[in-house]
Amino acid sequence: MKSSTFALVCVVVAALVFAALRWYGNEYLFFAGYVVLQFIVLATAWNILGGYTGYVNFGSAAFFAVGAYSSIFFHKTFPLPIPVLIVIGGVFAGLVGLGMGYLTLRLRGAFFAIGTLALAVVLQTIITNWTYLGGSRGAYVIRPDEIALVGPYVQYLFLLMLGLAVIAIMVARGIEHSQLGYGFATIRDDELAAEASGVPTLKLKLIATTISGALMGMAGAPFPYYLGYVQPGTVFGLEYAVNSIAMPMIGGTTSWVGPLIGAILLASLQQWATVKFSSELGVLFVGVLLVVFVVLAPKGIVGLVEGWRRGKV
Amino acid sequence: MVDIPYDLIVNALVAGLLLGAFYAAVTVGVSISFGILDIVNIAHPGFIILGSYLAYIINARLGLDPIVASLLMLPVFYALGALVYQVYYQSFEKRGQDALRGLAFFFGLLFVTEIVLVLVFGVDYRYVHASYIGPSWNIGIVDLPLRMLVPCLVALALVAALQVFLTKTFIGRAIMGVAQDQLALQLMAASPTRIKRTAFAISIATCAIAGALLIIIQPVEPSVGREYIGRVFAICVLGGLGSLPGTLIGAMMLGILESFTSTFYGPSWAPAVAFGVLLLVLAFRPSGLFGR
Amino acid sequence: MTAPLLEISGLGKRFGGFVALDGIDLAVAEGERVGLIGPNGSGKSTLVNCICGTLTNEVGSVRFAGESMSGLQAHQRTHRGLARSFQLPRPFTSLTVAGNLRVPLVYTVNARRGTHLSNAEMDARCAELLQLVGLAEKADHFSRDLTQVEMRKLELARAMAAEPKLLIADEAMAGLSQAEVADIVALLIDLNKRGITIILIEHIMRAVMSFSQRLVVLVSGKKIADGKPDVVIANPEVERAYLGQ
Repeated sequence: MKSSTFALVCVVVAALVFAALRWYGNEYLFFAGYVVLQFIVLATAWNILGGYTGYVNFGSAAFFAVGAYSSIFFHKTFPLPIPVLIVIGGVFAGLVGLGMGYLTLRLRGAFFAIGTLALAVVLQTIITNWTYLGGSRGAYVIRPDEIALVGPYVQYLFLLMLGLAVIAIMVARGIEHSQLGYGFATIRDDELAAEASGVPTLKLKLIATTISGALMGMAGAPFPYYLGYVQPGTVFGLEYAVNSIAMPMIGGTTSWVGPLIGAILLASLQQWATVKFSSELGVLFVGVLLVVFVVLAPKGIVGLVEGWRRGKV
Repeated sequence: MVDIPYDLIVNALVAGLLLGAFYAAVTVGVSISFGILDIVNIAHPGFIILGSYLAYIINARLGLDPIVASLLMLPVFYALGALVYQVYYQSFEKRGQDALRGLAFFFGLLFVTEIVLVLVFGVDYRYVHASYIGPSWNIGIVDLPLRMLVPCLVALALVAALQVFLTKTFIGRAIMGVAQDQLALQLMAASPTRIKRTAFAISIATCAIAGALLIIIQPVEPSVGREYIGRVFAICVLGGLGSLPGTLIGAMMLGILESFTSTFYGPSWAPAVAFGVLLLVLAFRPSGLFGR
Repeated sequence: MTAPLLEISGLGKRFGGFVALDGIDLAVAEGERVGLIGPNGSGKSTLVNCICGTLTNEVGSVRFAGESMSGLQAHQRTHRGLARSFQLPRPFTSLTVAGNLRVPLVYTVNARRGTHLSNAEMDARCAELLQLVGLAEKADHFSRDLTQVEMRKLELARAMAAEPKLLIADEAMAGLSQAEVADIVALLIDLNKRGITIILIEHIMRAVMSFSQRLVVLVSGKKIADGKPDVVIANPEVERAYLGQ
């Protein structure tokens, strides 16, 4: 499928989803749907670095938080419309991603993963001690209930996140089908051999960390407006880090489809469990599924389906 | 220049040393699993918290001293470690090369342990009772809380015992050998997998003791473990991978650094110290300060 | 006489306290076939890594095609015409055999010429290379499914796909049968006739002797001999240090 055709399909699907929810008319679905979409963006973003180049990022929460807190910062200093905030959050988180990319110069494999965790804690400590942004107590954002053209504010946020999800998926698919994705795969397989074959590995890794970080930041930017309240403990929560790893791993890391499937399944499961039981039980499912899948089905759902289809043919 | 009180500095130093010895107990397990076996067990702090809670239960129900309780738990943790290694070996090490999924496996374990503890015990802080929690010895201007001194001594004993085990016994030397030369081990008719399983089980067994020490030093809730991820890996890398004396020195350095940070800048900055040190060491000297 | 294609002077590399390379001087003229031998741990692979930019040498210099290589990353050196195969094969395991060869085509050949090879052109080029090394039937297999011997051949083909001026083959023949060794030697000599300078690192003496116009011997990080193969091999020092062990 050509990229333009694919883009058209994405937009049509997104429009249908929005129309269906609107027709159904239950406000809660927009609330829950927003979270699912947010995780589609996070999982897809994580996979651009983790799945395509093989560099595991444990610090997804930090990028999400950079987006969220850049919105808080501008909310306090110079209020801007959310789409602009999304772009700004993406720029800041992208810069942090670029910095993380330079870590790959010295750190491979497990050391890089631990380094990203360290990065997240350092950022969290800075934010916790930054009183202007609310410090450890957090910050409130007052948002209007309604907005022109769309109506209820939550629907507006949902629509924005829907747009972001479409963009993230198109970016991921675009990378996969381009020379860039080819280069990423060589880095994942063998970095030394990639260099020897002429692949500028550092440049490609920097591109991957920047795009991945920027998308995560963009997912975080509208978050203060969604919740109305942001606290370091919430946005730096381990839940974000675990989910953004678990969703691609469970869905399958080799293509854009995997994170999408993983995010829809796991995020919906968590929403359901949160309502039915408790949010802890929801994330427990994710943790257990992550362990079970990496042990028993290392290629994820996509791998299982492929294996099953091959078995049938 | 600002006049910093002399006794404040001395006390910060002493507190740092006591804390450092405890950090060594928390880290020795990782020095074995990560440093020697090359298994990136980021779930290690999760097992430590598990150790804290078990010490808490035994202390609360049976009134046993937490350290005695932890010694009783050693076989349980040893068995748990052997089990985890078996799953890890079958799923990742045997299949080879897929380090990415191995990492995700341990990350998942860490998370599952934490959430299960939250579901069972809630997020309230738990603590233990023992005669040495509370009183302090005062030697001149130096304040020695027994709550820190006892864990410090137990930690030193643990590190020393492991060092003797690794350097003087046959199995210990085989474990050290695993890192260098698997072939030589096979020639000695020792199965590398079995040696590694033993070593990993020992590394998890240390979590029973480290967990008890932790809950003596401070009240514990399930997410406390996260703070220790940075600490253990910072110390491990700082001390040069796989060296227990190096681990002890690295732990002391971090303990002192954190103690001074809390004293002069406030405790809220302390968690970042470990990770900051880790980032700096990783970036500028990946082989550690005393490393190979 | 024109300047040599590869000119190494005073090259030194240490790992901690261990001196891996100690003041290596080596010049290779364009079109030459040089054999590089030495016992295990003598620094051959370290030398290759320093030439190709995988490792950074602390002292000394590497000049290639009249240009200093210092500060250039490995891929930049590949772009300039330095290609190497690895001692232990390092295929891109998630790609097919043909896919492996496309990597240097896309990232080196295209980058160097500023061209954009079409799919058909790349397929043709891959087929040609695979034919040369005898892997034509395996083009669509995943590289992880190859045997060790096939991986060595792939390793060589991938290095050649970068269209190098200088090819460094690091033990490309270990584990191959006598007939296969003869094939690879013939292949390398053929490549050399087409104008590619080649450094061959090899333990199989027959291959080295039949291939090399010149032989260089490395022992404990030092160059102890450099000259005509039969003269070098008769050198008592070489015999003692290398062949006698």
